[in-house]
Amino acid sequence: MDMRVKKKLGIKERYTVMTRDLGWETTFQPMDDVFPYDKFEGIKIHDWDKWEDPFRLTMDAYWKYQAEKERKLYAIIDAFNQNNGHLGVTDARYINTLKLFLTGVSPLEYMAHRGFAHTGRQMRGVGPRVACQMQSLDEIRHIQTQIHSISNYNKYYNGFHDFTHMHSRLWYLSVPRSFFDDAITAGPFEYMVAIGFAFEYVLTNLLFVPFVSGAAYNGDMAATTFGFSAQSDEARHMTLGLECIKFMLEQDPDNLPIVQRWIDKWTWRGIRVLMLVGTMMDYMLPKRVMSWKEAWEIYFEQNGGALFNDLARYGIKVPKCAEQAGIDKEHITHQTWAALYQYGAATDFHTWIPNPEELDWLSAKYPNTFDKYYRPRLEHWAEEAKKGNRFYTKTLPQLCQVCQVPMFFTEPDDPTKISYRESDFKEEKYHFCSDPCKEIFDHEPEKYVQAWLPTHQVFQGNCFTEEADPAAPGFDPLAELLKYYHFNNGRDNMDFEGSEDQKNFAAWRNESVKN
Amino acid sequence: MAVVAIEKYEFSPADSQEKFNGNQVLYIGWEDHLMFCAPFAFAFPPTMIFKEILDKVIPDAFGYHPETSKIDWSQAEWFKSGKSWKPDVNKSLVENGLKHKDVLRFKTPGLKGIKGSCS
Repeated sequence: MDMRVKKKLGIKERYTVMTRDLGWETTFQPMDDVFPYDKFEGIKIHDWDKWEDPFRLTMDAYWKYQAEKERKLYAIIDAFNQNNGHLGVTDARYINTLKLFLTGVSPLEYMAHRGFAHTGRQMRGVGPRVACQMQSLDEIRHIQTQIHSISNYNKYYNGFHDFTHMHSRLWYLSVPRSFFDDAITAGPFEYMVAIGFAFEYVLTNLLFVPFVSGAAYNGDMAATTFGFSAQSDEARHMTLGLECIKFMLEQDPDNLPIVQRWIDKWTWRGIRVLMLVGTMMDYMLPKRVMSWKEAWEIYFEQNGGALFNDLARYGIKVPKCAEQAGIDKEHITHQTWAALYQYGAATDFHTWIPNPEELDWLSAKYPNTFDKYYRPRLEHWAEEAKKGNRFYTKTLPQLCQVCQVPMFFTEPDDPTKISYRESDFKEEKYHFCSDPCKEIFDHEPEKYVQAWLPTHQVFQGNCFTEEADPAAPGFDPLAELLKYYHFNNGRDNMDFEGSEDQKNFAAWRNESVKN
Repeated sequence: MAVVAIEKYEFSPADSQEKFNGNQVLYIGWEDHLMFCAPFAFAFPPTMIFKEILDKVIPDAFGYHPETSKIDWSQAEWFKSGKSWKPDVNKSLVENGLKHKDVLRFKTPGLKGIKGSCS
């Protein structure tokens, strides 16, 4: 009997067989029952086969590429750890950026994993489903690699011990957390615009490039490597987000106003989260890469400008909030650091006043605003700290109902005035930090009335441990709050000056270079 | 606008007054003193006399500022939701018409923050 040798599949056939051919029209159940979530948002899709998959990646090739990346990554992480690479970073203040990243950003990777798994399940087109599945796997890979590379720091430094617990409780982490909760509770198309487009395409470079180059500049090979490993996936993610936008816009003209509103909303939501990254760049990296303002100009104004020019043919306009963000770029990092500094008893990382050369760097990078508005308060605090009167606010701040950031942003036309906005909804008053946040609320108030605002939750008594007794004499709400946060009070929080991290790093580094 | 949702979408607000153990929330910001990064939030009994805010609450919450001791309350201007407003300091919060989650700002003429920077 002759052997029948099957011809190997060509790349194109292989792609068809392993992606598009995996889907079918259901017959036992109507397609609308099998995919109940991909119509209610009002997005009209007439032909799912028009979805272009720019990468044409099949699952078997995907595993192969990812496995290769993992091998390289873990080899470098191992070498870094075995050689006590943590002692080679510029200065122990740098390590605080990793604490902020691990507690604030890494859990978002996990949420992105869940979000893309859900979205992939809900899209009836096979093309986006396969792409979402891969992105979902990428995202869980990202949080895993981040945990693995940062875990080495947990052996030596404070504040790394309970990031998942903290992510859903700490006051400033409610900013990134609520951002993703908002996205993941939207419909699948809005989620794709929120995360796939606004975050991954418009804003991701503002997160990854400064963070990864910041790690490299400051001698952290482990974080640099997980950053690069993730960044190579990001290219695919960006393309998926953009493809989704184009697909929606090409399918039906009625989709345009819906998509535009989502772009407006999510660009703004993303900018509010990224102020934490900007603050890291301007204040937390001992060796700075570039200022937040410069990064904004390159990655948003120039690159984003080119993107929106490209989308103009579909009728998409630059998000309305871009104008305000262009004014805010001179202010938000100074305002954010000032807030973190004064609430530094309740941050899971250390805060400090920049040294004189660093203050001069800020003056040079922010010639229009820093000396006039921000240097005086920092210098005043530095003088007070020298006298043993370091500034710690114990009174809780008012928060924005939408972005959940303390109301520290100023009026676009007057940096000496806090920007107060409010709306009444069903006899209840709500407050916002800005016009864009107020517009987001006014469009969907029922969604945001449920916001878990840390300040209000503390007042309601929901942020204490079970053993706490607010009626007991001498009850200290801040100390009890920190217990609920799982802080080692006095070790994880407060000023960098005098911290255990500072002392240990100095002692160990000294040991590594002397007898 | 209503939320576009798969089914009926109605939830009670997370921060309605009855959840605050008998208190009401009041926000207070000091104009031209942005060293305190944001307005402060407080949970007060509605029957609290307004004067207590001047005598205790503000000295405690804003006390770190070198200008706090220079505040002359007879000169201070108050704003509620951005509009000029006058408290009766001997009356309670409720009697002053203050509702849950109202926002007050006070301005202290002549005081302009650290080195006049509104810090």
